[in-house]
Amino acid sequence: MSLLTLAVEAVPEVSFTSEANWFLENVWIIPLLPALSFLGILFFGKRMPKGGAELGIAAIGAAFILAILTNVAWLDHRDNFDGVAESKLHGVVEDSHGEDHGDEDDHASAILNVDGVAEDVTLTALAEEGGEESHPAVAVLKQREWLVNGGVSFLVGTLLDGPSVIMLFVVTMISLLVHIYSTDYVSGDRRYTHYFAFLSLFSASMLFFVLSSSTLQLIAAWELVGVCSFALIGHWWEEKPNSDAALKAFLTNRVGDIGLLVGMIILFFSAGGTFDITTINEKVVAGEISQTAVTWAAISLTAAVMSKSGQFILHTWLPDAMAGPTPVSALIHAATMVVAGVFMIARLYPVFWQGYAISGSSINGLAIIGAVTVVFAGLLAFVQNDIKKVLAYSTVSQLGYMVMALGVGAWTAAIFHLFTHAFFKAGLFLGSGSVAHSVHSFDMKKDMGGMKEFMPTTYKTFIICSIALMGIFPTSGFWSKDEILVGTGGFGVGAEAANGSYHLMLVMGLVGAALTGAYMTRAIYLTFFGEFRGHGTPHESGPRITIPLIILSVFAIGAGFLNFPPGFLTGSAKEPSAWQERFGHFVEPAAAYFPAISHSVPSWGLAIVASVVGLVGPALAYFYYFVKVDGLAKETGEKLTGLPNGLTTTNGLARTGHQVLVNKYYLDWLYQGVIVAAVKGPIAKAAYWFNQNVLDEVVNTAGRSSVRAGQFVYKNIDQAVIDGAVNGSGQLSTNSGQGLRKVQTGKVQQYAAILFAGATILAGIFIVLV
Amino acid sequence: MMLNQFLLLAAALFCIGVYGVLTRRNGVLVLMSVELILNAVNINLVAFGAFQDNVMGDVFAVFVIAVAAAEVGVGLAMVLLMYRNRKSIDFTEVDMLKG
Repeated sequence: MSLLTLAVEAVPEVSFTSEANWFLENVWIIPLLPALSFLGILFFGKRMPKGGAELGIAAIGAAFILAILTNVAWLDHRDNFDGVAESKLHGVVEDSHGEDHGDEDDHASAILNVDGVAEDVTLTALAEEGGEESHPAVAVLKQREWLVNGGVSFLVGTLLDGPSVIMLFVVTMISLLVHIYSTDYVSGDRRYTHYFAFLSLFSASMLFFVLSSSTLQLIAAWELVGVCSFALIGHWWEEKPNSDAALKAFLTNRVGDIGLLVGMIILFFSAGGTFDITTINEKVVAGEISQTAVTWAAISLTAAVMSKSGQFILHTWLPDAMAGPTPVSALIHAATMVVAGVFMIARLYPVFWQGYAISGSSINGLAIIGAVTVVFAGLLAFVQNDIKKVLAYSTVSQLGYMVMALGVGAWTAAIFHLFTHAFFKAGLFLGSGSVAHSVHSFDMKKDMGGMKEFMPTTYKTFIICSIALMGIFPTSGFWSKDEILVGTGGFGVGAEAANGSYHLMLVMGLVGAALTGAYMTRAIYLTFFGEFRGHGTPHESGPRITIPLIILSVFAIGAGFLNFPPGFLTGSAKEPSAWQERFGHFVEPAAAYFPAISHSVPSWGLAIVASVVGLVGPALAYFYYFVKVDGLAKETGEKLTGLPNGLTTTNGLARTGHQVLVNKYYLDWLYQGVIVAAVKGPIAKAAYWFNQNVLDEVVNTAGRSSVRAGQFVYKNIDQAVIDGAVNGSGQLSTNSGQGLRKVQTGKVQQYAAILFAGATILAGIFIVLV
Repeated sequence: MMLNQFLLLAAALFCIGVYGVLTRRNGVLVLMSVELILNAVNINLVAFGAFQDNVMGDVFAVFVIAVAAAEVGVGLAMVLLMYRNRKSIDFTEVDMLKG
């Protein structure tokens, strides 16, 4: 039994560490702010001068400031934790024979278990060698008992550690920028207030999600996020495709939600009836839960991740979700909806770590799903003419990277990629929205082209974010993608395979990198280069659109510098210096509820190979579009759409491949044509027959016999017995009343005579008896 | 001291009172009969008090006299109203509550 669990049981409100900063203790305020603004906008938004947008921006802005302060406090907390751990350690080593340390201090009691460990021990070593009883935990856990039922205590609260802290920052920042951007983008919309209300609720749900301390909270927030995405994707529901897309997103997610519920139920029972995430994780880490249960829980939860985070084969809703307003797409793809799945894996990582036996194997379900998604979604992005769909498939592909990273044990790399991806993908979506806002269309081939001249700011930020997405040195995408590739174990040459050697995933990751570069080059050419093919004169968007773009592109360049790999520029690869791996140090939980993952050591060779591969894709695409197609267009004087098709019309194999891609691997056909049609056709008919002939017959017979029984009861029981009793009692009252009224003469003296007679009789009885 | 005489006197007074209450038609006379009953009780109280050398009997008798005064006040007011409405104080005629 862990000491920390004991502490939780003893006092309902407990923090993992004894003294934590105010911001860390009261982090629940952050989701509360946008939640309140949701209600405020809903009830009073229409009466506000700006239609409720100002309240939404104020709330999320305040949440953003609080999130930054929380991050700063966490930084301090995290560093102090190390400091305390080490200084106490010295103290213990020095006077280990002397005093009895008090039990009140969590640090001290945690340290007592590592009595005698050498002084230069690092935190990881501390966690590994700390003995069975307790690990030091830096997370701030605040819980309250919500209710007790059947001996199970339902706790609600906030679990604040590295991943949730960084998600607070990402969600509030992207959400704030999206709010500001939206005031211009959806201005004049018929449901402007409604739109901002749901943006607030969306942000609140996601913040609630990342702070959840129990699996019940996790499920509730997960569903809240799903509902908000439904409302926002279907924002313009008057048009059928939009409401269809919203329904598709919602229903596809329901498929995965079954997995979520099943997984959480398995965890609840196998962990001995607790919803507490840290307890579940600790038990899994300690090996107190059977391998079978953990494996099945991991598989069920993977289904949930596949639908929520758009992994291959349940990704089909994600590109359709582009039907919503573009800022919503940015929010969904960068910070809220789709990263929920990745975050859930990160939060319950021991379950996946143990369930898939990630350490030491070379292939597992999670990694395979991720790797397949990386490549297949990357291919799909090639045949899209809608700029947002290119980005949507790109998101699917990048989410594949994150899931793959988690599958190969590169936890920090996955979170880091989530972090950097949020900025450049939000930048790309908002950039595409800026272009579309000006040409009133999303079709790159028909209505765009040559936008470079008209929209210089959008163009520049789009290019920067694309380069970051392609993962070209030194933008943020390079660092995070390289870390994922390193996490697969590298080539096994120069790099140390830490959690097994996932060579297949490495190859798929590299292929994905090349594809990413190529399809982004294609999208850039079609959008920004060549001749303008649309109508009217496009113009650059206003500052409320361009300033968020500029901020995001700054982050797209700079965010990667937070986590230089160990050995970069200075120091050896095995010992990070003070300014390397800051992100990992900041985010990775150092606690008993986190598995002992080991970190792969990066190598220059892999970084160079990845860079070269990442440049080959764009180079080929550049050659094809910027040189060949552009030259042909100038030569013939035709517009892009008028040009004869290339490879796909001349080569049969290429045509087939193209056809498969255009039809999205026939997955939609499979879902709608086969599964839905089967349900609608024969199965529905059989069900109808069964309904008419069997069920209806049963119902009718039951109905007829009820009528007969009712008639019998009416005649014999109701009329005879019950009515008889009622009438009889009435008759009795009447008769007795008639008899008694004779006594009631109204003459006072007669009453007095009766009174005295009665008194005399009573007195007589009294005398006789006594 | 002989208690019996007083008790017999009280019993006789009580019986006369009861007789008056039950047979008199005149409302004022009925009230007077009620006074006889109450005074019979007073005699009992004072007699027992003196017999047991206890002042409580006297105290109760004074209480009863006070209550009787109030009762007569109310009763005479009712008789007066009866007379105003019906020009009669005959109790046998007042039987509007007959069932």
